[in-house]
Amino acid sequence: MGRKLLLEHANVPGIETFEVYRRNGGYRSVEKALKTMSPQNVVEEVQASGLRGRGGAGFPTGMKWSFLAKPEGVPRYLLCNADESEPGTFKDRYLMEKIPHLLIEGMITSSYALGCNQSYIYIRGEYMWVLEIVEKAIAEAYANGFLGKNILGSGYDLDLAICPGGGAYICGEETALIESLEGKRGNPRIKPPFPAVKGLWGCPTVVNNVESIAAVVPIVNDGGAEYAKIGIGKSTGTKLISACGNLVKPGVYEIELGLSVEEFIYSDEWCGGIANGKKIKACVPGGSSVPILPANLITKTAEGTDRLMTYESLAEGGFASGSMLGSGGFIVFDEDQCIVRNTWNFARFYAHESCGQCSPCREGTGWMEKVLRRLEYGQGHMHDIDLLAEINKKIEGNTICPLGDAAAWPVAAAIRHFREEFEWHVTHPDEAVKRNFGIASSHMPLV
Amino acid sequence: MVKVIIDDIEVEVEPGTTILNAARMIGGDVVPPAMCYYSKLQGSGGKCRTCLVEVAAGSAADPRPMPKLVASCSTPVMDGMIVKNKTSERVYDNRAAVTEFLLINHPLDCPICDQAGECHLQDLGFEHGKEGTRYEEKRRTFDPIDIGDKIKLHMNRCILCYRCVYVANQLTDKRVHGVMHRGDHAEISTYIEQAIDNDFSGNVIDVCPVGALTDKTFRFKSRVWFLKPMEASCECTKCAGKAVVWMFGDEIYRVTGRKDRYGEIEDIDGKTAWICNECRFDKKDKSMWNIAGPRVINRHSVISQNQYLVDERIESKKLTGK
Ligand SMILES: Cc1cc2nc3c(=O)[nH]c(=O)nc-3n(C[C@H](O)[C@H](O)[C@H](O)COP(=O)(O)O)c2cc1C
Ligand code: SF4
Ligand code: SF4
Ligand code: FES
Repeated sequence: MGRKLLLEHANVPGIETFEVYRRNGGYRSVEKALKTMSPQNVVEEVQASGLRGRGGAGFPTGMKWSFLAKPEGVPRYLLCNADESEPGTFKDRYLMEKIPHLLIEGMITSSYALGCNQSYIYIRGEYMWVLEIVEKAIAEAYANGFLGKNILGSGYDLDLAICPGGGAYICGEETALIESLEGKRGNPRIKPPFPAVKGLWGCPTVVNNVESIAAVVPIVNDGGAEYAKIGIGKSTGTKLISACGNLVKPGVYEIELGLSVEEFIYSDEWCGGIANGKKIKACVPGGSSVPILPANLITKTAEGTDRLMTYESLAEGGFASGSMLGSGGFIVFDEDQCIVRNTWNFARFYAHESCGQCSPCREGTGWMEKVLRRLEYGQGHMHDIDLLAEINKKIEGNTICPLGDAAAWPVAAAIRHFREEFEWHVTHPDEAVKRNFGIASSHMPLV
Repeated sequence: MVKVIIDDIEVEVEPGTTILNAARMIGGDVVPPAMCYYSKLQGSGGKCRTCLVEVAAGSAADPRPMPKLVASCSTPVMDGMIVKNKTSERVYDNRAAVTEFLLINHPLDCPICDQAGECHLQDLGFEHGKEGTRYEEKRRTFDPIDIGDKIKLHMNRCILCYRCVYVANQLTDKRVHGVMHRGDHAEISTYIEQAIDNDFSGNVIDVCPVGALTDKTFRFKSRVWFLKPMEASCECTKCAGKAVVWMFGDEIYRVTGRKDRYGEIEDIDGKTAWICNECRFDKKDKSMWNIAGPRVINRHSVISQNQYLVDERIESKKLTGK
């Protein structure tokens, strides 16, 4: 059983209330930071912890914080990215729903570290009920003197507000989030300038994922060095994984980074294997934006070493035979699932969610979606498969924000690993319509 | 001043200058095409991706190449930067791809489009397009709508460059013109087809690189290359009254701002010479204008293929005042 730093108390009855949370050791990090540490000390602990952003890109949080510009007389802002809209990712929701005070505690400690007096949580519009839970918790924190003026008599003031998005995935991109928070259309900004220099209302801003901010709590409580002991290499600490698909026990798990993928999928402690006694066909280990892995590359790398749940191990082999840890949205497909249909489904999502600012993403995502739909419904041609590969090569790297790449990679990977299945859809149009999923003629070795 | 080399030509520019503007200082075919950037509109650029260039060396201090192509309109130069535009295969290739993307949903109805002849997408297609299309799907279509009684919006042709949005934000007072929806279903819209009720709203027509926004007082009257562009001015209380009148015989068919070779309204006396709606839509009588003489059209366009190509003489006359 791995250590739980975030979800340890998640199932304590009443943990969503201030009282129970406090009784279980809650808000200790705020007391410790405000009373015994300077903001710089907190930043140093986070740097020592090796914590990497949990929103998808895995950028070291301590380093991001150290980049924050600190001009005199200009406010700074900490924004919590709770827009979680990536297909397959639902860990932040779980955390906020179950143990909302952990996020608020993390926000207070982190805001103190960064010298912010006004912070915001930007929450996905579809999470309205979660917003209510968090709002209630914020009110409790105010009532108990953990938010507002002169927190715990330390002289530090902090206001925290929560703001819902309007239902756009793109508003999870940090600069689109800032635009949206300012009341504008959520189009990503052209960078540079980066938010650390010019963010919300032109002021220096840090945007962090819910889980990254929550992880600051155990880091401050136990020290960054203690946190860094968990995990392997540059993948330190614990990570929330939202596992879904054809698993015996899908759900949100907190794992120690470094757990083997095999154990995570098959052991009864975690996902319990593939449902209904089926075999695994593919896995998308880090949310819909990361490359799909075929059965033979999930638990082992191309070199034959064990694949681990770390940023490095999942990426081993690059785009040819690896993937990414991403946001921890772990999607498993059994032998009956159709890769073409799934790829089309992802493409449909990106075509719908592209903000439409830059031509390659706006036109390319729509184009790929249409071609994939034709393929799935038995109206494709062989040349469509190469066309798809061409289109995604021309989107990748040519856009303003990473959504373009995120839309291109899954298609590229699906074609790379499951080309035969795409071809089968072209050669067996009638069967493809009946959704025989191409498994019958797929030569992919199943584990 | 910083030094930058673009396509093997060195130029010295102010720090903070973008690659595109540095290239414009050199001029000629070193200049990348720009469909969305408009130097007179703050915040424009970065969207169309036609201006992508390769940075072979980031700066003298850090001469590593940049891994991705960058949008030259929104990337500032660094001292010692080496940029490749027309000398890069990769740039040509990706620009061709951007052109293809811009064209897949474009109606290609140039024969009946008023912008033909002065359309930047047409130029781009000419230089970077391929014969035929790989697009087998249905094109996105919209019904044309009126934005007030003088402007027509043909959304089918829009490339979502956002220039008109910046005009509406920066030149007009009430913000009623913007983009609705996302992705390839995004569209330019005014608040429930309202007129943009403002003296300068007509400038959206001048900034539109394609035939999405057109002048209803001119629509279908003539092909632009049959008209004679004349530099004209008038006494106007709302704008500087410096325009180009497009004539057929003695008749003024349309009035536009004075555009430079990049299709941008020129600065006159240090101010961008946007024209007001009255000058644009209502002054169609020769007697209302002081006509100075033929207008030099020096951008690459079919218009410059007509009789005004002898313009060097006129240019020098203008310069010397003789
Ligand atoms: C299209 C797009 C959507 C994103 N959505 C989210 C999201 O829902 N939640 C999130 O935390 N980060 C999201 N990100 C990543 C953020 O831009 C940003 O990197 C992250 O919030 C930084 O936090 P971290 O360093 O704590 O991971 C998204 C990025 C892109 C390009
Ligand atoms: S890549 Fe897509 S989502 Fe990102 S800015 Fe461009 S059009 Fe918008
Ligand atoms: S209508 Fe014209 S100016 Fe406006 S966004 Fe479309 S192409 Fe650009
Ligand atoms: S002109 Fe640079 S991206 Fe459009």
